[in-house]
Amino acid sequence: MPIGLESWTLARPEIFLVAVTALLLVYGVLRGEGSAPFIAAATTVALLVTAILIFVPYREGTAFASLFVVDRLTGTMKALMLVGAAIVIPMSRAYFERVMVWRFEYPLLVALSALGMMLMISANDLMSLYVGLELQSLALYVIAAFQRDTLRSTEAGVKYFVLGSVASGMLLFGASLIYGFCGGTAFVQISRALLDGKAAELGAIIGLVFVVAGLAFKIAAVPFHMWTPDVYEGAPTPVTAFFAVSPKIAAISLTVSVLMGPFKPLFAEWQQIIVVVSVLSMALGAFAALRQPNIKRLMAYSSISNVGYILLGVASGTEKGIQSMVFYLAVYMVMTLGAFAIILLMKRRDIMVENVSDLAGLGRTQPMMAFAMLILMFSLAGIPPLAGFWAKLYIFMAAIEAKLFWPAVLGVLASVVASYYYLRIVRAMYFDEPAEALDRMTFGANRAVALAAAFLVAIFSLAPQPLSAVAAAAAKGLFP
Amino acid sequence: MSSWPILSLVTFLPLVGALFCLVVNGPKEVVDRNCRSAALITSLVTFLLSLVLWAQFDPAKAGFQFEEKLPWIPSLNIGYHMGIDGISLFFVLLSTLLTPICVLSSWEAVQTHVKEYMIAFLVLETFMVGMFCALDLALFYVFFEGVLIPMFLIIGVWGGKRRVYAAFKFFLYTLLGSVLMLLAIIAIYWQIGTTDLPTAFEKLKLPFQWQFWLWLAFFASFAVKIPMWPVHTWLPDAHVEAPTAGSVILAAILLKMGGYGFIRFSVTLMPEATQYFAPLIFGLSVVAIIYTSLVALVQEDMKKLIAYSSIAHMGFVTIGIYIMNMQAVQGSIFQMLSHGIVSAALFLCVGVIYDRMHTREIAAYGGLVHRMPRYAFVFMFFTLASLGLPGLSGFVGEFLVIIGTFKANTWVAFLATTALITGAAYGLWLYRKIIFGELTKESLKAILDMNRREVAVFLPLVLITLWMGVYPASFLEPMAPAVDKLIGDYNTAIKLAQTASAKP
Repeated sequence: MPIGLESWTLARPEIFLVAVTALLLVYGVLRGEGSAPFIAAATTVALLVTAILIFVPYREGTAFASLFVVDRLTGTMKALMLVGAAIVIPMSRAYFERVMVWRFEYPLLVALSALGMMLMISANDLMSLYVGLELQSLALYVIAAFQRDTLRSTEAGVKYFVLGSVASGMLLFGASLIYGFCGGTAFVQISRALLDGKAAELGAIIGLVFVVAGLAFKIAAVPFHMWTPDVYEGAPTPVTAFFAVSPKIAAISLTVSVLMGPFKPLFAEWQQIIVVVSVLSMALGAFAALRQPNIKRLMAYSSISNVGYILLGVASGTEKGIQSMVFYLAVYMVMTLGAFAIILLMKRRDIMVENVSDLAGLGRTQPMMAFAMLILMFSLAGIPPLAGFWAKLYIFMAAIEAKLFWPAVLGVLASVVASYYYLRIVRAMYFDEPAEALDRMTFGANRAVALAAAFLVAIFSLAPQPLSAVAAAAAKGLFP
Repeated sequence: MSSWPILSLVTFLPLVGALFCLVVNGPKEVVDRNCRSAALITSLVTFLLSLVLWAQFDPAKAGFQFEEKLPWIPSLNIGYHMGIDGISLFFVLLSTLLTPICVLSSWEAVQTHVKEYMIAFLVLETFMVGMFCALDLALFYVFFEGVLIPMFLIIGVWGGKRRVYAAFKFFLYTLLGSVLMLLAIIAIYWQIGTTDLPTAFEKLKLPFQWQFWLWLAFFASFAVKIPMWPVHTWLPDAHVEAPTAGSVILAAILLKMGGYGFIRFSVTLMPEATQYFAPLIFGLSVVAIIYTSLVALVQEDMKKLIAYSSIAHMGFVTIGIYIMNMQAVQGSIFQMLSHGIVSAALFLCVGVIYDRMHTREIAAYGGLVHRMPRYAFVFMFFTLASLGLPGLSGFVGEFLVIIGTFKANTWVAFLATTALITGAAYGLWLYRKIIFGELTKESLKAILDMNRREVAVFLPLVLITLWMGVYPASFLEPMAPAVDKLIGDYNTAIKLAQTASAKP
């Protein structure tokens, strides 16, 4: 089948990003090390422009012989993910400059992984799904080990690589089973085969279980979460911030498009799996971090529990559920980036520190930043009137309407447990005596991100409607 | 009826003061002074505004007044709906009255982080007032739970020795209760497609099975808040460790949120379950009354004693609400208002001597009457009000509740009445230990009587207590139509349910 012009117009944003990344790569190679600041700035702009290109002008449909699909949902998820990636690049600068690895490859790798994520989000075939996933993962393995002369970072990279490969293997195995039992890799073929009852259901279910396991690894859901705390702790902090945001958005979006697309006919089967994974993630994310002293590991567990809530929305399998997922991801992104911006500012005598106890007395020494962190923490704990509350409310609304009563009850109870460790951070900042004050948090990208995030979260209650409308429009992509 | 959004104004005006405190800058003394004045002025203006509310309130109407309705999240049918009736009016007034008093009482007591302290109290006021005005379940929840943030900080930053423990316990306990209520709210939303409360009153017809679970979910939240035995254990800790003004707000307003919640939500939305669970409430309340009164008798810490007495008083409130007749419900509401004033004043009394001696141990005092006659009078006044002396506010509420209860259930009334005796015992015992006797302790020899600021703090409370005791009608009359409607609706719902079940 010849590839028509329509295909190229639909993939316009991806093509733009590839072209810019390739050009910048050439430029970087020719100019050498000094080009890092320019390339970083250019990549940030390129990512944002890509996000805009998705909607201006907006087109939807399938392309490349149905390997690639564009609709409201994929467009929104891509835009979210790209904004996250674009914000992370300026946030990384100060950190990498200090450890002397501010290289031009870093922003380009972020851009390449973003490209992979765009392909993942738009995948409409098990093959394009796998290609996108691997493009993303390879770039991520490299940036996890980007601080290549420290043991921790390289260890994180290797760990991530080995475990990630296992997950990819599982996913591939599942995909081949599905291909074998359904007679095709395209999502449409799979769903038709399942609907017509042509597929041997048991085989397809086993395949689905393997695919879900692979995806659960990518989104760090229990029981495939073991790598998360280690990689989050070991990777350079800005990379951790990136891991916590963009890949998560992409992988969750991918999970949704697989489950709600080809496997919609098996809803009753996969709902059970997702509910169990969701409840376990919420519970483990809440309990495991209770006494965690390292704030990066704490954020890792926090992300695990957040994924649990998002999966609860997914498990409801309704339009409301998809809305709640989009809503939650947007709020989650803002809160997480804000919190990591503050973690990136934690220095004592110019050395990065990352323990909760290092925050002691911040409320006295730097009231402004402490207040921002306070707002972000209460929001992560889901206390109204902050944004995090609305995100959780949305999820539970979807869950109750789908009659997932017990998962919802367990979910709110887990949120109470989890609020304990967010409060621990507040406690360190406000209740504890300062041991030795942290360095003054300097002006710059991180401070701006932290304050902006806190501000958005704090005033969110004034106008929750726009985001709700965006989420509703996005969900229409799956429920036309 | 005025067309300007007076309820929103009363609710959000304190935030303006908080914003002012936030941007104020300069040397510490200047900032402190400015923040104190700003907080006092804003809260006073808010109080005056809320008096306008009272003046314009139509006491003959049973429905909601000063209603404001705006879309908030139209795609989810969640609205910004405010309005008050005779029941909530006085809680709003109580909140706006006590905030300036709290600010004034911490004028000298709080010297660290004055700016943040004042911001916390003003934000707290917004949440409290908003909660009593909210006529949308989601909006109510936002205010109800939002209270936790400033209160957590108030206890944790300005509290006593075990403040961290108390703050965490307070926060986690109440959060645990509220999240279950959140699910119940969502379940109601799922049934009627909106969170608007008046719509829910009209449309919500739940089968008993549902009412059963939803009632329990609401109960989890309100029982912790009010608090009922056996989930009261956060309260003594939080009261003891909080700074004086924090204890005042906790006792006077936060506990009332539970009682208000029972009246506004549990009884109206789940009438059958209310009837079904009433014996449970009676049982727990009677246990609470007897048990906590006895516990109060052996306390060594003044604040703890008052905290336990609060639980006993709240036991009366829960009994009154679930008896569901005119006297009992009115008595409950009146008791809540009276307790709001009286317990606040008692905590302030403790604060007065705590500021001077920095200890709350009862044994550290004695014979204060010789040095502090004014203080002795005020303390005596509120102790008597607390134990229900006729002529003061405490009597009216307890009396009405007991009359109402006696009509419905003699044994519950009998057991509850024992609290009057034990209440008198621990109240007078505390008073004797602290005020009477010889002034033998060296440290107390130079103690000073109340200064003018402190007199200004207590004067309005004394007057209101007298007013409520001598002429309760000015409070009971405006709430009568609303309470009447509440009971009428409840009885209709019960009757409907009975005829429905009588038919095969």
